[in-house]
Amino acid sequence: MTRTAGAGEALLEVDSVAKSYGALDVLTAVHLSVPAGQALGIVGPNGAGKSTLLSVINGTERATAGTVRFGGRDVTATPADARARAGMGRTFQVPRPFAHLTVFENALAGATAGAGLRGRAADDRALAALAMADMLGVANTPAGALPLLGRKRLELARALATDPRLLLLDEIAGGLTEAECDSLVATIRSLHTQGITIIWIEHVVRALLAVVERLVCLATGVIVADGEPSEVMRSDAVRAVYLGGAL
Amino acid sequence: MTSLVPGEVRVDRLRRRMITVQIIGAGVILALAMAPYVFEPSITSQWIKLFYLITLATAWNLLAGFAGMVSVGQQAYIGLGAYGVFVFNDLGLDPYSSALVASLAIGAIAFALSFVAFRLRGGYFAIGTWVIAEAARQIVIRFDSLGAGRGRGISDYTADPVMRNLFTYWLALGIVVATLIGTLFLLRSRLGVALQSVRDNEVAARALGVDVSRAKRIVFVLAAVMAALAGAVICLQQIGVQSPSQIFSVSFSAFMVFMVLIGGIGTLEGPIIGAIVYYVMDLYFSQMGLWYLVVLGVLAIAITLFLPQGIWGALRSRFDITLFPVGHRVVATSRPAGAAPAGPGEPRPNRTTDATAASATTEG
Ligand SMILES: Nc1ncnc2c1ncn2[C@@H]1O[C@H](COP(=O)(O)OP(=O)(O)O)[C@@H](O)[C@H]1O
Ligand SMILES: [Mg+2]
Repeated sequence: MTRTAGAGEALLEVDSVAKSYGALDVLTAVHLSVPAGQALGIVGPNGAGKSTLLSVINGTERATAGTVRFGGRDVTATPADARARAGMGRTFQVPRPFAHLTVFENALAGATAGAGLRGRAADDRALAALAMADMLGVANTPAGALPLLGRKRLELARALATDPRLLLLDEIAGGLTEAECDSLVATIRSLHTQGITIIWIEHVVRALLAVVERLVCLATGVIVADGEPSEVMRSDAVRAVYLGGAL
Repeated sequence: MTSLVPGEVRVDRLRRRMITVQIIGAGVILALAMAPYVFEPSITSQWIKLFYLITLATAWNLLAGFAGMVSVGQQAYIGLGAYGVFVFNDLGLDPYSSALVASLAIGAIAFALSFVAFRLRGGYFAIGTWVIAEAARQIVIRFDSLGAGRGRGISDYTADPVMRNLFTYWLALGIVVATLIGTLFLLRSRLGVALQSVRDNEVAARALGVDVSRAKRIVFVLAAVMAALAGAVICLQQIGVQSPSQIFSVSFSAFMVFMVLIGGIGTLEGPIIGAIVYYVMDLYFSQMGLWYLVVLGVLAIAITLFLPQGIWGALRSRFDITLFPVGHRVVATSRPAGAAPAGPGEPRPNRTTDATAASATTEG
């Protein structure tokens, strides 16, 4: 399951991380250590701070307190672009397409800036990312013309184009048909077997459980459960959070 | 209809179009360079204005249309470019070399100013650039050697007015050509995609590894150098600066916005068309005085209402044409079904297909 090289060694370490917006404490003392090669799922009610946690990890937002370590390096003060070049790929829950660029050019931005490639190598990387996200067919479409599902898929393609070691996914399975969902699960599973470390926030628990080997539940800015997925889903903490069966 | 299948696609950078553009471009440049030998100098010297208008429009479009930095302060660099001619001319350089050297110096100034300007976003950035332009004017008029508030002439200039016009014409032509070629290559480079990604969504661009400040700073400096070159040309053509308030006038920004919006923002062709429209209007209607400005305003409003993508944008979406090859197109390398497949080692595209129309492919 996990890659043998570096298994057990933490690729990502989130240590006592807090994040506030003014008086609003979104995250309080979050600890999370993710070994290289692990596929980790995150569940939790809306507003729990899941997306904010991804933002603090990838540098889109700066932590108010605590440290984030990536590959053994303290990146707490490192800007998001440098973290991306160091191997963090991230999708946004609310898609942020480059509307006036084509789908291919969106991926190319990731391949050139994130993966640091140029010329043919960058083209090939972007094409491979589009193929993985099943987007080659719309490669020449302006991203602004994509429907919501296409935009979500583009988030994945773009993040893959950066050639990430750590892939942060934020609710990419919502709204898919069963067949589309299965194909997405297969894609993410194959990324996992390639050794990419994955943190996946998802409300579609069925999809999540088909991939992840560890599950974390976040509620009001703290981790309330962490462990083997089926155990976490059965835990009292998670049941309490979801008031017995919203999931 | 060929669909795009993994392993059977390649990226077309429009190389063939690039070659065509280079050949036609070289012909046009050569023709324009020889024009003073064919036409009366009084005619070609009028084109100088068209050249610097295209330069200014292209620079503003690079800044606002491709990098998303809406500046209303480019007149700072126009003015400094014009005054820079005096500075280096007084130091003993000929006026034409002064124009080039001054523009490079102004690039360095813009680099320093970018650290101030980039602290501001959106509307504040726009206002900030205007404030910088006003400050530049205020500083320039402190110097008596630069004519204080009165403007001044070029002291050491080519004596023969015909030669003077000729040299200025060639310089202006060289500048507009360099501006267009430079912009074309910049947009075709990795930086071109990075810039446009920043323009469309800065947060996402950063998350993908784009060094946003670096990309913006390069363009900010380049646009300043282009504006400075245009300013220097204005100074050379007018044999000096009539008044600081004219060369540092915010109306330059208004005209740049006009040209770019009319022609089509975010395209290379648009500003050229916009500059031509403005040049022709200015040539034939500027003696109408106040009414001229009313006509310009009405035209601008009409075009933004009815052709929101500008003249070029409307033409492009209607006829699917491009003059300058800046995009990327993913095309199938395989032959249509039934034809002999191309050997795997030698992809020979005999058909290019726009994948927009192609059906979605399944994962390979
Ligand atoms: N930029 C922001 N400014 C202020 N509050 C924010 C901001 N971003 C998120 N929040 C608040 O933080 C809380 C957690 O948001 P989020 O991380 O998106 O939750 P989740 O992804 O778990 O649904 C919410 O109450 C949200 O309103
Ligand atoms: Mg969220």
